Amino acid sequence: MDFNQTNDFVSSFWSLYVVVISLVSFIGCGVFLWMQGGVKHNPGQTTGHVWDETLAEYSNPLPNWWRWMFYITVVFALVYLALYPGLGTFNGKLGWTMRGQYDQEMKVADQKYAPIFNQFLKQDIMAVAADPKAKEMGQRLFLTYCAQCHGSDAKGAKGFPNLADNDWLWGGTPDRIKETITAGRNAVMTPKGTKPDMDAEQVQDVVNYVRSLSGLSSDSIRAQRGAELYPQACAACHGPDAKGNPDAGYPNLTDGVWLYGSRLETQVETVTHGRLNRMPAWGDFLGEAKVHLLTAYVWGLGGGMKPATAVADVAAPSSDELVRPESGAGQ
Amino acid sequence: MLTHEKIERSNFWMILLILIFVSVGGLVEIVPLFFQKSTTTPVNDLVKPYDALRLAGRDIYQREGCYLCHSQMVRPFRSETERYGHYSVAGEFVYDHPFQWGSKRTGPDLARVGGRYSDQWHRVHLLNPRDVVPESNMPAFYWLDRPLKKPTIGAEMAALRIVGVPYTDQEIADAPKALEGKTELDAMIAYLQGLGLALTQTR
Repeated sequence: MDFNQTNDFVSSFWSLYVVVISLVSFIGCGVFLWMQGGVKHNPGQTTGHVWDETLAEYSNPLPNWWRWMFYITVVFALVYLALYPGLGTFNGKLGWTMRGQYDQEMKVADQKYAPIFNQFLKQDIMAVAADPKAKEMGQRLFLTYCAQCHGSDAKGAKGFPNLADNDWLWGGTPDRIKETITAGRNAVMTPKGTKPDMDAEQVQDVVNYVRSLSGLSSDSIRAQRGAELYPQACAACHGPDAKGNPDAGYPNLTDGVWLYGSRLETQVETVTHGRLNRMPAWGDFLGEAKVHLLTAYVWGLGGGMKPATAVADVAAPSSDELVRPESGAGQ
Repeated sequence: MLTHEKIERSNFWMILLILIFVSVGGLVEIVPLFFQKSTTTPVNDLVKPYDALRLAGRDIYQREGCYLCHSQMVRPFRSETERYGHYSVAGEFVYDHPFQWGSKRTGPDLARVGGRYSDQWHRVHLLNPRDVVPESNMPAFYWLDRPLKKPTIGAEMAALRIVGVPYTDQEIADAPKALEGKTELDAMIAYLQGLGLALTQTR
């Protein structure tokens, strides 16, 4: 259905209904006012009607300035309805529509801003990341669209990945980052992994084993028992060496980076109940040029990985060179 | 003959003539809206009646007064569509009784918030907004993480059906089951995640 069409009445009666009531009320007001001009008044005398003991009203004619203002409003209304939509299905002589005004506004803005955003599209992500102007633009986009989850410093929070380190759940090459921003990501950790019959003790064991892989404090006896459970419960996704697989978003369990925190209780909760996480897709909403800038910004935050077949030899800036947002409150 | 004096002295004529005069605006501007396709039919197939969980979430949205700070109406200006997405159209709200357009934005517009954040984000954010947005001044709705109690859901859907939301008998019968084991937070998030999905892909 065309939602831009706003005078799509179910029958032509309604158009007529609007036209007749509108015109009759406008013109009626004018005629009524004109008729009042013929009424006899006695200037200086009261109407003879007394309210509330002493309240009376002078029988003076309407002031001319007021009468003419009223006539002018009637004329204004008629002219307005001749030019702009309002009288039923009559669209007005000017052809103005709200949609048309919006389209015009967008067109003007596109002419002005599209070249600014598009200028980086032809460049390689790594080259864009090295451009200070692109970085500034990327940062503003980031603060508008990404900071709500990843934080204004891009360091994330519990459940929201840190983008400023070199640990990537879904890969840190320019292409992968762009894919993540464009199409979003859905991450599912099933409760108790691939071994749904684990009891609470076994969950503790396997968590202790996983903790031992990255040097977190763990109970060695439990870890030993957990090592036997790991292949059945976790290896299908996180791999036999627990290094995960960024191609499919399976986290590395050995690198000491914990999306939900490194507390034992949290990890037990993760294994027991599983996790659902989601990066929303931004491709349609932001358009390619802005996604390109954001990709470069995120890649350039310090952890960007070079593509497998690196052509340009541009190093990602180190994290101390990060531009910090000036207004980033609460850090 | 109706003279000034007669009208002024008669309650009947005074009331009748005033009623006629003040109703002109409503008769011309409001009444025809009930007889326009764009205001009475869904804008596309993506506009669906709220399922039981979303409807329960919508009730919580109203109970907590979210509409006092959040509008649900993206106006057709570039400054709004760049931030929120496609402007709102009447055909998106045909199943909203009452609509939640609101008129005050202390917080951002929510008409297109569906899918913009993850469920996890909403969970954290509703319980304590400062956990994800440090500068936020939204109140923490920490009590939402409690079981959803809504024995009236079926009756509510039946009532909505009377005003034109096409719920089937089956949907109404299944409603209490759909809410089993859910928290108020789940319902709220389901509601928010469904907002404005009909037109997000068009500009």
